[in-house]
Amino acid sequence: MSPPTIELVDIYKSFGSTRVLEGVSLSLFPGEVHSLMGENGAGKTTLVKIMAGLHLSDKGAIRMNGQEVLFRSTSQAQQAGVSVIYQEPTLFRDLSIAENVFMHRQPKTAYGWIDYAEMSRVVSQHLNQLGVSLRPEDPVLGMSIADQQIVEIIKALTFEAKVLIMDEPTAALSGEEVKRLFQVVERLRDKGVAVMFVSHRLEEVFAISQRITVMRDGRVVGSGPLKEWTTDEVIRKMVGRSLEALYPKAKVEPGKVVLRVRDLRRAGVFKGISFEVRAGEIVGLAGLVGAGRSEVARAIFGIDPLDSGEVSIGDKALSNHTPQTAMAAGIGYVPEDRQQQGLVMEMTVTRNVTLTVLHQLQRFGLVSQNKEREIAAQWTQRMQLKGHIEEPANILSGGNQQKVVLAKWLATLPKLLIVDEPTRGVDVGAKSEVHRTLSQLANEGMAIIMISSELPEVIGMADRVLVMHEGKLTAELARSEATEEAIMFAATGQTGSVRDKKSKATPNGQS
Amino acid sequence: MTKELKSSADGHGWMNAFVRSRVGSLVLLIAVLTVLTTALNPRFVSPQSLKDLMLNVSIIALLVLGQTVIILMRQIDLSISSIVGITAFLSGTLFINYPGIPSVAVVLIAVLAGLVLGTVNAALIAWGRIPALITTLGTLYIFRGANYAWVHGRQVNAVNVPGSFLAIGTSTFVGIPLLTWIVLILLVIFAIGLRQYRVGREFYAIGSNPTAAVLAGINVSRRLATGFIVSGAIAGLAGALWLARFGTVDATAAEGIELTVITSTVVGGVAITGGVGTVVGAVLGALLLSVFSSTLVFLRVPSFWQQSFQGAMLLLAIAADAYLAYRHALRSRVKWSHV
Repeated sequence: MSPPTIELVDIYKSFGSTRVLEGVSLSLFPGEVHSLMGENGAGKTTLVKIMAGLHLSDKGAIRMNGQEVLFRSTSQAQQAGVSVIYQEPTLFRDLSIAENVFMHRQPKTAYGWIDYAEMSRVVSQHLNQLGVSLRPEDPVLGMSIADQQIVEIIKALTFEAKVLIMDEPTAALSGEEVKRLFQVVERLRDKGVAVMFVSHRLEEVFAISQRITVMRDGRVVGSGPLKEWTTDEVIRKMVGRSLEALYPKAKVEPGKVVLRVRDLRRAGVFKGISFEVRAGEIVGLAGLVGAGRSEVARAIFGIDPLDSGEVSIGDKALSNHTPQTAMAAGIGYVPEDRQQQGLVMEMTVTRNVTLTVLHQLQRFGLVSQNKEREIAAQWTQRMQLKGHIEEPANILSGGNQQKVVLAKWLATLPKLLIVDEPTRGVDVGAKSEVHRTLSQLANEGMAIIMISSELPEVIGMADRVLVMHEGKLTAELARSEATEEAIMFAATGQTGSVRDKKSKATPNGQS
Repeated sequence: MTKELKSSADGHGWMNAFVRSRVGSLVLLIAVLTVLTTALNPRFVSPQSLKDLMLNVSIIALLVLGQTVIILMRQIDLSISSIVGITAFLSGTLFINYPGIPSVAVVLIAVLAGLVLGTVNAALIAWGRIPALITTLGTLYIFRGANYAWVHGRQVNAVNVPGSFLAIGTSTFVGIPLLTWIVLILLVIFAIGLRQYRVGREFYAIGSNPTAAVLAGINVSRRLATGFIVSGAIAGLAGALWLARFGTVDATAAEGIELTVITSTVVGGVAITGGVGTVVGAVLGALLLSVFSSTLVFLRVPSFWQQSFQGAMLLLAIAADAYLAYRHALRSRVKWSHV
């Protein structure tokens, strides 16, 4: 086998007191697609940023073709032949494709002017080679994410990248677009480029890679050629052996029915949704992206209107269903995107927490600041929030922000709490604290619906798992029946054995 | 395979493309305004009033050059009017205190003074990381206040200034005032700089997407500093030319023109959100506003309405941009729906 193009040797990296990478070693070989897998917070993105020259490692070495290198900036990494394509393309939307490709290193004519003709020539050559019907003069503004990634790839090609790193490039792509991207990647691989592919989607990883490395908690926990891996093996390595320790869900005897939904329908989104949630129960709502899980949650909370169906809390059906009446009936809803929907980032933690209960704090129409602080302190202590409650929310880490969002809804003392992707983008430590809190709340008799795309989380936390596929409930699994395979089986809505399914690369797989 | 694809602009002919471009529509608007006003009052295109028009627009157009660089980077420079004020009075004082000083030396000193004041802005914004709006609002008052203290009620008059220097504002070459020639030459330099040099393109890149600019390896702080230093130097030159144009300078010289300059730049198609626009467009924006206010004068519109019309023009320009962006978004959605 040929020697590696780039080698990472024993890389360490900490941010403040948080250790993100602890002795990671990794080699990328020419003509190979090497997939890097791991849960959120495993350290993949930090590793990518070190290779891109955005972060410096605290310890360890990077070697390119056997030579030790130091990337102090992105341009140094690019000059050395490392190109990175991020999940969200970072392009200048007001400028043309050609200008995007050559920014900061435009070819010049004999007079020292920018050689636009040469730029166009090179870019259109690449566009032709990739079989893409775009013109070098087209502005990036209005281009699809997939086409923007093509621009990023052409940028990498003009750098004559020897190493191409793709950080979750397929997250925002449709099936056709993924196929086209993979064709391009395969062509580059065959030319001898060393490709690193970071993804959560098992199907894609198995479809394109020659080698897989799995990271957990800042360490490499497994690495080897594709043939040594099975999906089960990858998942086991990603999650680690101690599923119980990671997901501290205590057994609770379910109490009375708190939420009952009957035959919910919203045209074109979901239909025939009926289920119950009991006090003390955590019900996981699983399914692929776009299956309609968040939409059902939004409808239960009264954000989106229902075409038909009934939502009852206790024995009372909700009439005049709006978020206000839902809150009054005892429903709390923690949305998926905490930056956009969950928090006012510039306001203090206190203000954020008490936003849901302001009307209770009013006296003579004025809000009592003492009471505000009291409530905020009570709930943030309970969540073990790190950071001061009079600081603005935007300086907190992702995990702590999520705790603030939870605290904000807990302050309303809900009977039913709906959490949508509660640990997305949250580090491992904060994640288990969020899990512990949810578990404790269930212990105290709260009914919880947890939407999650992370199957290990669903399996670890839920007493019962409801699986959705294309707007319909396709399975209800008890804790004992809820395995990764059973859930995926129902979530893809396919018949046939689970093993068959693996060979089919479904682009919109688990995300 | 892509080369065979014909651009939609080709299909409609270059004339259509020209009219739809910002520069084209500005030229068209200026032409329409001129023709209409001339029809109502032929004196509008007399040599004298054309010369006045050019003189009126020149100093604004000069400042627009610097402001364009700034706004392209999604920044703003409010302090220019105060820099013009200080350097105008400085130029006059130099002539008074050092009789016989060459005009070229005065202009150079004024430019240098503007450059120094621009460096203050640059340091605070690029390295102090204070938002440009706040920084230049602060220095707008600081520079003007210092100017008041220094001038202390004095005034420079035309009799203090040598005739050869005042000639910049009065004499013409091929029918065009020298002052306007200076601005035209700088316009060409700026247009080429922004289009044909990496530095120029990097100003666009920073305004279009600051994060991407960093990833592309652009030294954003240094470019921001460059912009504010250039803007200051241009304002210094404008100060010297202000003295040449008006002859009389007191502590209030050029007060408030920063708003006219910013309005012109935006009307001229430089997006306030950065990354879009050209100096040619911005200067045409200045010309349009100037023609427009002359039109109002010729049509005997009460002067207190003129500012309102200027404001309306600004809002119209922004509304037009928003509408075009909306249409573009619609078109691109259709374009990609079949991919």
